[in-house]
Amino acid sequence: MRVAPPGLSELNGKLSSELDRVIGSLRQGAIGISGLLALLAVLIGLFSLSMPTTFPRATTLQAMMFQIPELGLLSLAMAVPLISGGINLAIIATANQAGLLMAWILTALMRQDTNGATLALWLFGALAAGLLSCIVVGLVTGVLVAILGVHPILVTLGTMTLLHGLSIDLTRGRTLSGFPDVLTAISNRTLWGVPISFGLFAIVATAAHVLLTSTKLGVRIHMIGSNLESTRYSGVDTRRVQVWVYLISSILCWLAAVIMMARFNSAGADIAQSYLLITVLAAILGGVDPYGGFGRIAGLFIALWMLQVIASGFNLMNVSPHLALASWGVILLLVMAVKRFTPALRLAPRMRGSRSESPAWPGPNRRPENPS
Amino acid sequence: MPRLREVVFGRTETALIAAILVTAVILSLSSPYFLTISNLVNLVEAYSVTTILAAGVFVVLVSGGIDISFTATASATQYLGAYLATHFGFSAASALGAAAALGVALGSVNALLTHYLRVASIIVTIATSSIYYALLIYFTDAQEIYNLPDWWSNRITFLRFSSASGVVRITLPIVVMLVVVALTEYLMRWTRIGRQIYAFGGNPEAASRIGIGVLRVQLLAYGYLGLLAAVAGFIQASRVHQAVPTAMAGQELNVLAVAILGGATLVGGVGSMGGVALAVVFLAMLQNGLNLVGVSPYFFGILTGLAILVSITMTGFAERHARKRYAVRSV
Repeated sequence: MRVAPPGLSELNGKLSSELDRVIGSLRQGAIGISGLLALLAVLIGLFSLSMPTTFPRATTLQAMMFQIPELGLLSLAMAVPLISGGINLAIIATANQAGLLMAWILTALMRQDTNGATLALWLFGALAAGLLSCIVVGLVTGVLVAILGVHPILVTLGTMTLLHGLSIDLTRGRTLSGFPDVLTAISNRTLWGVPISFGLFAIVATAAHVLLTSTKLGVRIHMIGSNLESTRYSGVDTRRVQVWVYLISSILCWLAAVIMMARFNSAGADIAQSYLLITVLAAILGGVDPYGGFGRIAGLFIALWMLQVIASGFNLMNVSPHLALASWGVILLLVMAVKRFTPALRLAPRMRGSRSESPAWPGPNRRPENPS
Repeated sequence: MPRLREVVFGRTETALIAAILVTAVILSLSSPYFLTISNLVNLVEAYSVTTILAAGVFVVLVSGGIDISFTATASATQYLGAYLATHFGFSAASALGAAAALGVALGSVNALLTHYLRVASIIVTIATSSIYYALLIYFTDAQEIYNLPDWWSNRITFLRFSSASGVVRITLPIVVMLVVVALTEYLMRWTRIGRQIYAFGGNPEAASRIGIGVLRVQLLAYGYLGLLAAVAGFIQASRVHQAVPTAMAGQELNVLAVAILGGATLVGGVGSMGGVALAVVFLAMLQNGLNLVGVSPYFFGILTGLAILVSITMTGFAERHARKRYAVRSV
């Protein structure tokens, strides 16, 4: 192999690739993957030092892996619309309606002594029905967002209220419980020490990562989040992309619904309501740009671990879980402050137009300038 | 003569008034009790807390921001007031004063963080909401305060008279709600700072270049919402005779939906107090009417969702229509 002397063009190439790398890392959002990893390491270190006998153990790790998947899948369902410059406030309502539908099939329609192949068939049918309902919800939401041109926060506020109302109306606020052991095994059995639900979540997260970074659709989702209008002018059917975004989000909600059913062994209209805002918190902590266009699933994955490490650590220290919640909020604000006041990072999110004063949610559908 | 399309897809207020009239006619035909004074007055009282909160949220929305933390603020101020009143014998004025100060302070924290961190206000308030709530529950152990002093838990009636349908009481919540609506309308329409809030929400960059104090506008909007959250917290406690730290948790998106239905937008600079008040009237009538006609109260969520979707569909088409007109003119 011949080693060429460093020529001018090579130097140029090196420089530009170096520049690409820097810009790339800036674009990763809040404080970059490496920053998040460092923060996670600091947290683990602090908890391990203060509880050397209880925290750094395999059982703690396993307990955390049991708890991450449900919030993780819901956060994925939130992150995809956020990257596209939108939001899906209906994720919990979507998951709960699917969970209720599946639970209704398994508890009211299916005979309780069903087993063997019949049981597998019933399970498959229930899961398929739940998936179908989520696909319908996703398609309707996506089409509404695409054709109305109204900000998704409003559309999904409407679908959220509607779906929650539907679930409440059909169940009268009751919960359905008692599912086959095969289903609950997802959330209480392990495979080689790893909870099945966590393995499922890891596979889905990897798939989402590949989808967002390496496929045409994924790149387009980032593009419409960055600038919807210019994406349209560059020949992309942005409406189709928007429908896909909410379809993907709803399908992730279905997976979350399955995991939640397995974990709680019940389904209801008001389950996990408090997760809604925490999914936004996790996504943004993980470096997803709330204005859309940027965000990495890897960052979200690390952020979820950070939140779980804090929650589990506080739990082991017998500190109130409410303080863990408060510290999640504090950490989000701190990360935002670091991003704001670190000179090297300040440029990054400001490349798209002037944002000297941040409005609530300047999505892709900001009103046109006043006609004069 | 305005074309039908402009009437239908025109101002939110017109659409709401039309919807209210249609609903009122249908409901009064199907239930004789609906259009009685006592029913309507009870209805107003039941929605007083929502209206007060919606007025504050409306101001923040006009300023181009959004606030998720106001129910946490309302709960925290309510609890502080109740704690001071029961443990230290604070009078009505001093308890309310302390609660109002806390409300304004918590609102100002949102404004300062939004301003200095330059982060979307929804993120800031999601973070502060979890902080406020978590600290409140942590310090109170989610314990209710039942023994509110008489000045707080006794029903204060300003005016009572009997009508054909029973005794009608104009109570404190109604009066406070009317004062808040009138004050907000005055603030937003007739004062300099109110117009500045509209200008800032419409175009922050332009507003700051013509010399509007950007931080001052945000402090006022979020501080005002904090103040109204304290007022709403007091009224809520007086209606249920106790202070419960979690009583208003999860209400934030409902109140937001009311303000949106009333014509406020998320990009700021648009909306009127009248529209928000009409939205409350519409939803209240719908819920009450359905109760009277015998429709299950569980059905109400579905209707609210449909109302929001119909409303944004109309706004969406109206905006597209306006954009098209603009495009033609500018060619």
